[in-house]
Amino acid sequence: MAEYLEPKILYAGDSAVIVEFGDSIDMKTNAKVQQLRRYIECAQLGGIVEMVPTYRSLAVYFDPVEVEDVGPFFERLKILAQKTKGEISEGGLTIVIPVCYGGEFGPDMGNVVSHTGLTEEEIIRRHTAPDYYCYMLGFTPGFSYLGGMDETLATPRLKEPRKVIPAGSVGIAGKQTGIYPIESPGGWQLIGRTPLRLFDPEGEPPFLIDAGMWVRFQSIAKEEYDEIAAKVAAREYKPEIFPKSGEAE
Amino acid sequence: MIFEVSTPGLLTTVQDLGRWGYQGKGMPVAGAMDPQALKIGNILVGNDPQEAALEITVMGPTLTVAEGEGLIALTGAEIEFTINEIEAPLWQSIKVTAGDVISVTSPKEKGCRSYLCISGGIDVPLIMGSKSTYLRANVGGLEGRALKAGDEISTGPLKPLTWLAADFICPEYLRPERGPDLPLRVVLGPQDDAFTEKGIKTFLESEYKITNEADRMGYRLEGETIEHKSGADIISDAIPLGAVQVPGHGRPICMLADRQTTGGYTKIAVLCTPDIATLAQRIPGQSVSFKAISLEESIAATRAEREQIKELLKLRASYRSRRVFPKKEPKDKGIYHWMLKIDGKTYDVTVEELE
Repeated sequence: MAEYLEPKILYAGDSAVIVEFGDSIDMKTNAKVQQLRRYIECAQLGGIVEMVPTYRSLAVYFDPVEVEDVGPFFERLKILAQKTKGEISEGGLTIVIPVCYGGEFGPDMGNVVSHTGLTEEEIIRRHTAPDYYCYMLGFTPGFSYLGGMDETLATPRLKEPRKVIPAGSVGIAGKQTGIYPIESPGGWQLIGRTPLRLFDPEGEPPFLIDAGMWVRFQSIAKEEYDEIAAKVAAREYKPEIFPKSGEAE
Repeated sequence: MIFEVSTPGLLTTVQDLGRWGYQGKGMPVAGAMDPQALKIGNILVGNDPQEAALEITVMGPTLTVAEGEGLIALTGAEIEFTINEIEAPLWQSIKVTAGDVISVTSPKEKGCRSYLCISGGIDVPLIMGSKSTYLRANVGGLEGRALKAGDEISTGPLKPLTWLAADFICPEYLRPERGPDLPLRVVLGPQDDAFTEKGIKTFLESEYKITNEADRMGYRLEGETIEHKSGADIISDAIPLGAVQVPGHGRPICMLADRQTTGGYTKIAVLCTPDIATLAQRIPGQSVSFKAISLEESIAATRAEREQIKELLKLRASYRSRRVFPKKEPKDKGIYHWMLKIDGKTYDVTVEELE
């Protein structure tokens, strides 16, 4: 279970191809995925429809009419893939996600307190401490797979999943933490909610988080939540985003 | 034109060629399940091929033209189609005007998805570059949902030369072949190496049946269990359109327009692009069998389908530039010929004026 010596080109039908770097979830492999995506964007290969970065591979969707010969096209992708080094910090951005923890927004905070044996304050401290790495998006529009949660916060999913979880809910499921971008059913332990809209189909841009970004949770009070929510509704809120390496703090 | 929806049909949604470009953000593509039929219908009514239309599933809607006039064409599944209760032809543009009642009712033998294309297209906002409805997140189309009774549907501005396309017919040879018994062509991969030789053989040699769990997201099939080497779970990766997933239970699931963008099950193969629509035109209970082809063959088949669209566009151009001669007076005055269709039977009727 690790990184392959050579990136693999995997056939995925007549309109997609997968470049796979390894068979493990780790930041170095994922950094290669993000790098390859940037290399391909810069190389301006014709006929590419879109790219989907995931934990350890990049899917390249192409138009089989515009790509005249797939052989050389795949070869080109492979050469670019071989050039990736897997440096993590390069080009990384951090986004701050304000979260109002506990109370009405975190109905399962009690479960996390009793499962972990930590106080609510300590849970919030540990949850806001790290910068989480966004490996990929998937599952629902705008759902980010985050890595890096303090394992002392790990709490199993609810036995009875909820039918409706409001958009913006922040939860814990096992060793994972995440944010529900749209209202959906689910079994995560909800500990708080963000007033930001992670997915706004009419927003510019429609999604706040991209694969390869870092996510930092910031604890806010209910008053601040309401203030930000009002700004978000009026499309006046600008999320705080800064380069990972060049941060002032 | 403005249409009033009297009955919405089973599942009628606004679809174009899909919301491409956001799969990396977890946004499903959606779009027409039979894009070729959609493109053809649009060409017939004078639109650009990628314009949005109404995708009809099994049972269609009844619409009344409330205002204006324009062209409509119904393509895709063979289905009962009437205008003012008179049977109307498929694969042909037809002029309609205010007061006309358009009804798409029950399917005949072939297919389950039809496209009602309308000159000027459907006037709904472009959301993230597309008019397609993605029901699970209520995005696109008519308020992100399927049509309901009482809805009003407006069309956009007509393209130049639209009227010259009136009565234009898509010739038989350019209509997609979606036979219910055709084997579906696939290219093996990306995780074909997760299956035993026996597993691959089972997949390619047995016949599967479409279960009731078949919708715009995907078709679950039942039949022989496909054997994995060790496990069915992989680290989540992208799910291409037409991917054939095989989870731990060993039975294939074909992933279609509304599929989630990523998933953690092994994908044994991906359907050849034209055959994705061939599957999407089948209904629960029908059979499916798979046939492996090379990547080059799959690309050639996809290109051939695209060539047919080009060909139809050329035909439309020559149809529009035809010279229309003034109607000739009938040679024998007072003799009229009609083709009459009553209860499905065709009659050749001649009426002669005696005096």
